[in-house]
Amino acid sequence: MKASIGGYARARSIEHALSLFAEADGAGRYLAGGQSLVAALNLGASAGDMLVDISGIEALRGVRIEGDRLVIGALTRHSEIERNDLVARHVPLLAKAAPLIAHDAIRNRGTIGGSLSHADPAAEYPACAVALDAIFNLEGPNGRRDVAASEFFKGLFETDRAEDEILTAVSVPVAQAGERHAILELTRRSGDYALAGLAIVVRGDRHRIGAFGLGDRPLLCEGAMAALDRGDVDAAATAIADDVDPMSDIQASADYRRHLAGVVLRRLAAELGVAR
Amino acid sequence: MTIRFEDPNRPNSYIGRTVPRPNAGRLVKGRGRYVDDILLPRMVHVAFVRSPYAHARIAAIETSQAKSLSGVLAVFTGRDLAEVCTPWEGRLAHLEGMKTPPQHPLAVERACWVGEPVVAVVGRTRADAEEGAAMVEIEFEALPAVTDIRTALDPETPVIHEAFGDNLCFRKTNEKGEVDRIFAEAHTVVEESFKTARHTGVTLEPRVILADWSEAEGEMTVHVSNQAPHMLQVLLASHLGIPESGVRVICGDVGGSFGVKVHVYPDEVATAAIAKILGRPVKFSSDRLEAFTSDIHARDHEATGRIALDETGRILAFDVDDWTGIGPYSIYPRTSAVEGLQVTNLIGGPYEFDHYRCRTSVVFQNKGICAQYRAVGHPVAVAITEGLVDKAAAQMGLDPVEIRRRNLIRDDAYPRTTAAGLKLEALSHHKSLDALIEAMDYEALRSEQASLREKGVHRGIGIASFIELTNPSPFMYGIGGARISAQDGCTVRMDPDGSVVALTGVTEQGQGTEAITAQIVAEAVGVSPGMVRIVTGDTRVTPFGGGTWASRGAGIGGEAALQAGRAVRGQVLAVAAAMLQANAKDLDIRDGIVVDAGTGAERMPLAEIGRIVYFRGDTLPKGLPRELMQTRHFLTSDYPYAFTNGVQASYVEVDAETGFVKLLKHWCVEDCGRIINPLLVDEQIRGGIVQGLGAALFEEICYDEAGQLLNGTMADYLVPMSGEMPDMIIRHVETPTAESELGAKGAGEAGTAGAPAAVMNAINDAIRPLGGSVTHMPFTPERVLRAIGAIGK
Repeated sequence: MKASIGGYARARSIEHALSLFAEADGAGRYLAGGQSLVAALNLGASAGDMLVDISGIEALRGVRIEGDRLVIGALTRHSEIERNDLVARHVPLLAKAAPLIAHDAIRNRGTIGGSLSHADPAAEYPACAVALDAIFNLEGPNGRRDVAASEFFKGLFETDRAEDEILTAVSVPVAQAGERHAILELTRRSGDYALAGLAIVVRGDRHRIGAFGLGDRPLLCEGAMAALDRGDVDAAATAIADDVDPMSDIQASADYRRHLAGVVLRRLAAELGVAR
Repeated sequence: MTIRFEDPNRPNSYIGRTVPRPNAGRLVKGRGRYVDDILLPRMVHVAFVRSPYAHARIAAIETSQAKSLSGVLAVFTGRDLAEVCTPWEGRLAHLEGMKTPPQHPLAVERACWVGEPVVAVVGRTRADAEEGAAMVEIEFEALPAVTDIRTALDPETPVIHEAFGDNLCFRKTNEKGEVDRIFAEAHTVVEESFKTARHTGVTLEPRVILADWSEAEGEMTVHVSNQAPHMLQVLLASHLGIPESGVRVICGDVGGSFGVKVHVYPDEVATAAIAKILGRPVKFSSDRLEAFTSDIHARDHEATGRIALDETGRILAFDVDDWTGIGPYSIYPRTSAVEGLQVTNLIGGPYEFDHYRCRTSVVFQNKGICAQYRAVGHPVAVAITEGLVDKAAAQMGLDPVEIRRRNLIRDDAYPRTTAAGLKLEALSHHKSLDALIEAMDYEALRSEQASLREKGVHRGIGIASFIELTNPSPFMYGIGGARISAQDGCTVRMDPDGSVVALTGVTEQGQGTEAITAQIVAEAVGVSPGMVRIVTGDTRVTPFGGGTWASRGAGIGGEAALQAGRAVRGQVLAVAAAMLQANAKDLDIRDGIVVDAGTGAERMPLAEIGRIVYFRGDTLPKGLPRELMQTRHFLTSDYPYAFTNGVQASYVEVDAETGFVKLLKHWCVEDCGRIINPLLVDEQIRGGIVQGLGAALFEEICYDEAGQLLNGTMADYLVPMSGEMPDMIIRHVETPTAESELGAKGAGEAGTAGAPAAVMNAINDAIRPLGGSVTHMPFTPERVLRAIGAIGK
């Protein structure tokens, strides 16, 4: 099938992108790495979109330290996250997550902002952002605003971002001394979306767990987190069955995914040396 | 003179060597020419409106809006095309009682599966045609859909084709001996149910056709991604009312076919019919979603089987009841009954036993049409057979290798006819099994398995012996009235400078036909393979042949090439003898030079013979034959098929907490007779194994109960990918067929035939101590985990 689009324009700046979007009169759609949007267009899932290409906007690029946070530009590609020294040092979770995303060709094009905005519930970054307590910087016609990751994801491919807003950057607290990050997912084939996956951040004696592939959005697994805080892995593995809310599809049933969540949790706990 | 294959140092010894593929460089440089690359003047594009319903009456079609678009040139319904194209029925006369209704290029009254083409829209571009297709309004009245195989024949199930009274396309029982008595009296009887998942071929290049009708010349030229150009030529001629000589089918580069591209597809015939109506080139290029809904599917089988053994573990009998759903029509012209028929022939194939019963029931459904896909029926039959053999071994406390040693047909017991009625010329099951055991170091693997088991690591070893049908004679299709050629031909021509052109009726789909044909012709004539140019896939110039199917290219097409090449050699030597005043039998051709056969002394280069024959023929004796172009055709006649054999082994690790199966290693020993190019055979086997591993672990076309396709993209139809593939060790035993001088049998399907069963047996070997087993493919992690009871059933 041929993609059917209404038009294409390349934005020079965030302001330019916002004005192009406004001119599109409701048909506007931001295009970044295109790894989900272009596939959807080619499947005919959407037609008539006025594509506003933001991939050339310099202000959306780059990774930098701001105080005790690492700020990652929305256009940072997965392959850059994989190799970036600041990310490796300050947010190792993202460096560990990036190689799990699809394949090289996709990682070379796909962007962190695109992945977060797309909000596929089986994708790695959204769950990492939730576990990391990240803050998303948004910019729209009405100005700038910040949204916590835990407030950002609203449902299946649904976020708090208004259609005309651009996710400009992700701001993540830098890892403290002794902080540990781990991510584990189970996929049918290397690079596939996860049947079940968990991202864990251990900060002091507190645990934060983001689940992916286990609900209609990335989930913060509070029951399991509390149990891990107590050092009770068995209780955590039990609690996570209630924390998650997986769906059944042709790859796996909800029951099986729920079971896998417990297995993944135990394996991560062992990797992180959480006491039983 | 015969070729001394046993002597690797013989002159021109290209047969049996790994030589580079002549087309590889071109393809790697991006200079391939696939049908979609071809642009013709005045070419237009067609897109199809396909049925969104599994079963629906077509009440009304409104096309005026689509026709009003500036980019749309024409819109055709089923009734429009029925005026220029006759319908077809995929039936074979020797398949008694087979039923299938007439099928049109576009659905006429009813649509019978999701994806069936209903309306064709022709546009200046594909995008224009799609835009028009989106504006066609079809009023469908939904009808009840038949989707389940086992209840398809129940009285309360709706009948898809009313005139037939039921949903049975074909049923056959192959029976010999006293099956019921043997099972009643046997020491051990083991039963199991099996399922192989509906899947499809997923060619890298989807189906593409570009048809061009020249009214002035009365000629239809069709560029198409296909593996049987002459078959398509005669069928298009027949249904479009053109003499066969007026249809030219050209198959250039083809990006994989695997049986997907050996059938007649309604959208492709519609494209040709539209070209005839419009009098201009029309292209149809399937996209990936269309491929999933309209390419043939295969392997949708459910079976129950049992095996009877005596107290020594000797197999006495097999009894299998196989059911398969084939969609709403039998495929044309090969029929969709052959897969089930193969199962009735192949169960128990490697083993010695006297009592046999296998019934297949081929039923209609409202799903995509199932048909011949690489290793037709073999993976199903091998899984049932080897699953039963392993289960019996486990029950009797026999090692899987030992039970096979006791039951495989002895290597010196040929020729013989099996209980299922197969005529076997010469096979090598025991030699192959011995080679496998040695290659895998079976005992060491078993002890590794045992020691890891103590550490809670669950590994399994699975073995699967198999036979493979290759080199088919007209007994496969021709006797049923199908215009499918089992013979094949090759024309070899020497050009004036001594280089050679060979035109063959077998085709190149990426499997290396051109490479092996060049090797054979090079050795037969006495030139280097680099001096041989191969032409395939053009019905206007190549000898009439069957193309690529049933692993016939090397065995049938290769022998024709050998004989044609040797005929040219003979003719060259006759001319050389006249010129040199020598005796032809004392001369030979080596590396493009005529030499004294005894001493090897050079007498005359081929270029000199070419110069004389083509430009100074006046200097040769009058009446001396000088046709340095010879054609030979070959057909097998002693045996209906050349069966090959082999054995595979799989080593897996099962994660008992997740059900995930890791493929650790895979082995295959197979016997395809004379090997022409060892590297090509190895890679054929490997590629086939990969497709078999896909069947075992990943691939499944899913429909819901209403017949809606649930997975039509590469994201949710999982093909095997390199990351999950194990190392594969390939070994060979060579038992050439005596039917031909070349002695080659087929090698194209062995890998696919045996791999699913080997993996199934390996998984079951791994999880047996945990309780449970898996026999329903694909063995998804969830199915494995449920089998061992780690989560509820």
